[in-house]
Amino acid sequence: MVKAVDGVSFEVAEGETVGIVGESGSGKSVTALSLLRLVPEPGRVVDGRVMFRSADVLKMDHEELREFRGSDVAMIFQDPMSSMNPVLRVGFQIEEAMDAHQRFSHKQAKERIVPMLETVRIPAAAQRAKDYPHQFSGGMRQRAMIAMGLSNEPSLIIADEPTTALDVTVQASIIELLRDLNRERGMAVILITHNLAVVASLCTRVIVMYAGRIVESGPTRQIFKNPQHPYTWSLLRSLPRVDELQHDRLLNIRGLPPDMTNLPAGCKFHPRCRFRVERCFREEPPLEDVDPGQQARCWVLMRNALKDEDHG
Amino acid sequence: MKTTAESLTQPVPTTGESVLVRVQDIVKHFPVGAGLFGGQVVHAVDGVSFEIQAGETLGLVGESGSGKSTLGRVIVQLIPATSGSVFVEGKELTKLHGEKLRRVRQRMQMIFQDPYGSLNPRMTVGDIIGEPLRNFGLGGRRAVERAVQEVMRICGLNPNFVNRYPHEFSGGQRQRIGIARALVLRPTFIVADEPISALDVSIQAQIVNLLEDLQAQFHLTYLFIAHDLSVVRHLSDRIAVMYLGKIVELAPSREIYTKPLHPYTKALLSSIPVPDPDREAQRRPILLKGEIPSPVNPPTGCRFHTRCPIAKFPICAEEEPPLEVKTSGHWAACHFSDRVSAF
Repeated sequence: MVKAVDGVSFEVAEGETVGIVGESGSGKSVTALSLLRLVPEPGRVVDGRVMFRSADVLKMDHEELREFRGSDVAMIFQDPMSSMNPVLRVGFQIEEAMDAHQRFSHKQAKERIVPMLETVRIPAAAQRAKDYPHQFSGGMRQRAMIAMGLSNEPSLIIADEPTTALDVTVQASIIELLRDLNRERGMAVILITHNLAVVASLCTRVIVMYAGRIVESGPTRQIFKNPQHPYTWSLLRSLPRVDELQHDRLLNIRGLPPDMTNLPAGCKFHPRCRFRVERCFREEPPLEDVDPGQQARCWVLMRNALKDEDHG
Repeated sequence: MKTTAESLTQPVPTTGESVLVRVQDIVKHFPVGAGLFGGQVVHAVDGVSFEIQAGETLGLVGESGSGKSTLGRVIVQLIPATSGSVFVEGKELTKLHGEKLRRVRQRMQMIFQDPYGSLNPRMTVGDIIGEPLRNFGLGGRRAVERAVQEVMRICGLNPNFVNRYPHEFSGGQRQRIGIARALVLRPTFIVADEPISALDVSIQAQIVNLLEDLQAQFHLTYLFIAHDLSVVRHLSDRIAVMYLGKIVELAPSREIYTKPLHPYTKALLSSIPVPDPDREAQRRPILLKGEIPSPVNPPTGCRFHTRCPIAKFPICAEEEPPLEVKTSGHWAACHFSDRVSAF
């Protein structure tokens, strides 16, 4: 058995924007899928709870779960083509999403198609509603998918790498769209991504995952300015920046992302960590408060590691 | 500051005199829709000229459909140009044949994006890396073995793994294998096409640093092709920006960031998030209207005019702006480059 995600706990407030960051194998996508009980077979959630407002998602019956997935939450994936039916018109698919749930009558659903496409800023919405998904560009398809998700007025959007397959100028417009939806409609956003810059742009809080665990979490500004976990600290120094004014060599993080079938003992990051101490090889650190609102899973913490370095 | 004598058909001059690669008026069209009424063409690259100095890194950026990858392949002669010339060390590649062409080709190599698809899964790593040496008939079996092991060491691969197969390696290690294969012929010029975009974030820096180290060690000249301007900025001395088959701007990389002279470059730069929440709170992306037009039927005049925030009509829709010197070493193809800083 592979534990893709192991003991992950977090909360998202109404209207909050939270980024879940990690590399391949970090468990960030499985975490998101678990929230909706969408973990693909043979995977399953073996323990834990997912509470949405006062309801326990893991205890919902079929009908409750369907309603929860379809109208309380919208999930947006990296590849919108795989989530749309290629032989049905885009407008019809948006209508269908509403018809499948109770929030809007059939008549209301029909009337909402074009406004939904306009909400996600698809030009000539009335005409585009009659197009098929393949007639849309990648960016437009992602918008249509967001429109479908929004049609039942969810209070939470879960976006799993929503811009990864898109060109940078298109990526920028999708991020702006998510930002506006959050601000104007008060929708909470969980953004799952490998891209720390996108998190800095959109999210007020960040959760950093490594090897199926949360290794650090806290307010975005605080985490970016004062990361306490060596993984977060190293990642931030390994990124090239378009606004760099001098050429600093990028920080090398040695080794490879973790092999989930063969995790090391102790801290899961210790084989790659430049600040590890003897204890890290044996004992896995707990996720503990390190600053107000900030938690990290580390025996050393960067404030101590850097202090030691300064002293030689 | 416009120098009117310099027209589009001339290569972009550079400040130094040690030009290694000169690309002149390269055009690459692909036919689409074969058959009786076929005859449409994709204008993948449509008249591109520039020079690369020995030892420099020229970054080539653009979004999908810009033609940057096609251009890279044309330059290393992986695919033939429809028209135009590529000069390497003063020799025109399209005019070379037989042994002379082989000798020049040996000195230019390519690194590909996909470290999974570009390595033959049935060959051992040693055979993959040694293949170019054997193809060029360089050295006997023992000499090839020695060269392979040395280049593996240089690229951060354990030479004891010479008999393993590509699937036994991680993505980052596979990219090192691809780099080792390119390096084994001791080239002077390497075209790297999106060499890090398929890799995990924590692995990207390893490969970027390796490319920098190899450049210093072997005096390599790079054409670094990527859609990610952050890494291009980091690695490149100069950057060329492509849009729909044309270079719209070419300048030293710091200058292109601080003082872009083409509205597309400015929009592109404004779209890139940086891992700094304070900067992000300030950044206002310039969102372009519409989509990138089809390269089958590119817009008239300036190809960017359909999406340009500062286009003026009719000139931008009718007259194609030449790529010309705006300030020293800074080239742009825009009728209104003097207004770019203000919008």
